[in-house]
Amino acid sequence: MGKDSKLILDPLADNNPITIQVLGICSALAITAELEASIVMSISVLFVLAVGNVVISLMRNIIPSKIRIIVQLIVVATLVIIVDLVLKAFAYELSKTLSVFVGLIITNCIIMGRFEAFALGNSPWRSFLDGIGNSLGYAVILIIVGFFRELLGSGTLLGIPVLGNPIPGELSGLYAYGYENNGFMLLSPMALIVVGIIIWVQRTKNKALIED
Amino acid sequence: MEKRTDKNSYTILFAIGMVFVVGALLAYLASALKPRITENQRLEKQQNILYAMGVNNNEGTSAVFVSTEEAPELFDQYIKQQLVIENGEVKQDTTAYLIDVKKQQANAKAGKVRRLPLFVGEKDGKTFYIAPIRGKGLWDAIWGYVALDENMIVQGAYFDHKGETPGLGANIKQRFFMDDFIGEHLLNDKGAFKGIVVAKGNADPKNVNKTDNEVDAIAGATITGDGVTAMIRKDLKLYLPYFQNLKNKQ
Repeated sequence: MGKDSKLILDPLADNNPITIQVLGICSALAITAELEASIVMSISVLFVLAVGNVVISLMRNIIPSKIRIIVQLIVVATLVIIVDLVLKAFAYELSKTLSVFVGLIITNCIIMGRFEAFALGNSPWRSFLDGIGNSLGYAVILIIVGFFRELLGSGTLLGIPVLGNPIPGELSGLYAYGYENNGFMLLSPMALIVVGIIIWVQRTKNKALIED
Repeated sequence: MEKRTDKNSYTILFAIGMVFVVGALLAYLASALKPRITENQRLEKQQNILYAMGVNNNEGTSAVFVSTEEAPELFDQYIKQQLVIENGEVKQDTTAYLIDVKKQQANAKAGKVRRLPLFVGEKDGKTFYIAPIRGKGLWDAIWGYVALDENMIVQGAYFDHKGETPGLGANIKQRFFMDDFIGEHLLNDKGAFKGIVVAKGNADPKNVNKTDNEVDAIAGATITGDGVTAMIRKDLKLYLPYFQNLKNKQ
């Protein structure tokens, strides 16, 4: 059991896919301007990674090693398209919110990375846990970045204003004291800087993570 | 010792098998779910058109459509006429709302006749003229429906997109952006068509000035905003003759 729980807990901190393995950076930059988008993306990745890991793990003894990357890509693309089609037919509203993320999920390097590094050599149950663990590790960073970018960039959280009213003439809250939203926070470079700060904090607290 | 799965023949057979299995699975799912998906899209069009003319269930600051169950009934109730403008000729067509704007734009490019749908709605004694528009955002298509009065003043707008960046360009379908268009003039003070520009730094973030042909842009979404400007200018301009005729008749 100790070994299994490690599969979930490790990626949350000391083996985080974003801050330690530096995977999935592209989507972490692209969609974290709002907290809500970060959460939706996290849930989508959780589903695809957990199911995909199990599928790859079940197929691990029959996948030809020469074309394994292509097979992995096909599995993840098929999964995502099936989910998209089913949602379009039965939960149309939800599918519209998620459609933006579909392309980003297929190309998310965490998914390919876990298929290749873990699912190809482990049992389905352990692969499932690994998928859950890694997507939670991904979610944690996405949500932290989304939180700061939305708060400092738009002054809102989940679309709800938390710092007051920034409209000139109706200033209230912090804005009444001359505070202004930092529009730069909404742009991708700031996501990279926020991720950088998280990496810095994490490595300062745990010296073992520092490479030469 | 070579493993069975390393053999070339096995690799090729596996690849062929996989293509068949995945292809069959996706093809089956796509065709099995198609009727439901088309139906969903049809209802969505009705919801969009109704939304633009102000028939919606908006709550607080979020945009909410009428439910899919009510949509067909409300659509019949509020939309009095569905028109198709072809070469300046106006005809009635009860399936006008199903016209694929993308296809019509391609037709126009190929030199063929573009069929322009226009929906005439009535609510609280007011007449709305609703036109669909379509254009390009940063990543993919953007489209919308704009409700106008007979002076081409915007009464309501709905925008949607296929894949704009969440939190930035995707916010064109948020009410703070769509509602800014209400009351804006498409014509300038001399009556010439000017469109509405999604403008950065127009010093009017509350959008008090409705006759400046400008609304405030979304930070970080310049290209999507420019796309909105372009589709309004290009597609709504095509309706100008209809509105001029309307004026002359009065």
